[in-house]
Amino acid sequence: MTPLLQVENIAKFYGPRIGCTDVSFDLYPGEVMGIVGESGSGKSTLLNTLAGHLTPDRGAVRFDTRADGQHDGGLRDTVTMSEPERRMLSRTDWAFVHQHARDGLRMNVSAGGNVGERLMAVNARHYGQIRDTAIDWLGRVEIAADRIDDRPTAFSGGMQQRLQIARNLVTGPRLVFMDEPTGGLDVSVQARLLDLLRGLVREMGLSAIIVTHDLAVVRLLADRLMVMKDGRVVESGLTDQVLDDPQHAYTQLLVSSVLQV
Amino acid sequence: MISIQNVSKSFTLHNQGAAVIPVMHSASLDVAAGECIALIGASGAGKSTLMRMIYGNYLTASGRILVGDVDVASAAPRQIIALRRTTLGYVSQFLRVVPRVSTLDVVAEPLLVTGTERAAAQDIARGLLARLNIPERLWSLSPTTFSGGEQQRVNIARGFAYPYPALLLDEPTASLDPVNRETVLCMVEEAKARGTAIIGIFHDADARARLCNREVDVTRYTPGLAA
Repeated sequence: MTPLLQVENIAKFYGPRIGCTDVSFDLYPGEVMGIVGESGSGKSTLLNTLAGHLTPDRGAVRFDTRADGQHDGGLRDTVTMSEPERRMLSRTDWAFVHQHARDGLRMNVSAGGNVGERLMAVNARHYGQIRDTAIDWLGRVEIAADRIDDRPTAFSGGMQQRLQIARNLVTGPRLVFMDEPTGGLDVSVQARLLDLLRGLVREMGLSAIIVTHDLAVVRLLADRLMVMKDGRVVESGLTDQVLDDPQHAYTQLLVSSVLQV
Repeated sequence: MISIQNVSKSFTLHNQGAAVIPVMHSASLDVAAGECIALIGASGAGKSTLMRMIYGNYLTASGRILVGDVDVASAAPRQIIALRRTTLGYVSQFLRVVPRVSTLDVVAEPLLVTGTERAAAQDIARGLLARLNIPERLWSLSPTTFSGGEQQRVNIARGFAYPYPALLLDEPTASLDPVNRETVLCMVEEAKARGTAIIGIFHDADARARLCNREVDVTRYTPGLAA
């Protein structure tokens, strides 16, 4: 089986400071990988570099592209591909769920418009079909159909986050990047969102890379885990193995510092 | 089906003076299809540690742990994920689930991830829950609020939903009343009869005598305790 994403020796520097460096891993179809670490550990820099929001100083991010009219498909380096190609990828096969829903939504456009926009970006043109698909997706993320014409500004934080997920997943991406998807939400809303994400991952066969500082979230969502400190991966492995039998001093500290409820 | 060869393990506690605690030394053990082996030994001897090493939950320092044709001690995470999906089941002592997911879905999940249709998976889950005397009115609720014994039975139902060829059981009959204990023992016997290789920890000596082909005292693999 070919990996969906192959990351080789990625590094991103901010002047003399390290954003992240020496990161390599393969992600296979259907796998969910968590990245944990304290703030400043480089996990968001890494995510944004992988997703093409930042240009790495070194390394390759190869993605298993689908064959289309112009290309044969197969593993292609997204760092060196042309800007239009990369943008096409981020509208079709990739999705990015931001920590703050307002970074991933258009706040002055209706909920239906937010979902429909991504469909139109991949050349959907039939208004009725777009609206039906939007209603279907709002239902999947548990937003009532009668809220379709409301703007996200009229939504609660949890609803905005779910709308952002609907907007991202409507085009059937194969790889989803998530930056603290449950950050800043009430625990009750968080639980519902986690269940939703797990169901979607299972049913759509999605692969995902999730950045979070919440170890309970990765335990429930991620198959594999990478622990970052000072821009480097200090430990990686099966999620439950890394959490239950941490090898690196920093991971041990992280795991033993979690408060028990 | 399961072959443990010369396996060792120690814990290094970096934040507590880098203390190194050896917990297992050259453990070896074979379990054939249809066999049930009991791990015995005093508390702290390493029964659960060995079980967690077989499941890939704890890393193995040296040696091999073959489950089918996969060496858990050296396998990549995705190989272990695949192994756990279709080959190796584990009934732990504690239930760990996503909050707010119904009991029925918790039990059906191992079937859903292997591609069973939702309706068929839920039918199997209903059958298991009924057999383990979980009242039907609880099936649509999350098991997080259930009593200890009920959670234990949900955990067993989940562990037996998919017919894994190898199964690890950590105290499956602890905290169960006699009726449910009998049901669980029958389920283990049925799994054995279908050819499942089982490694179990049972404090219940009668259960051990009834189910197990052999007992393995892990104390002889415990550094510092071995006679």
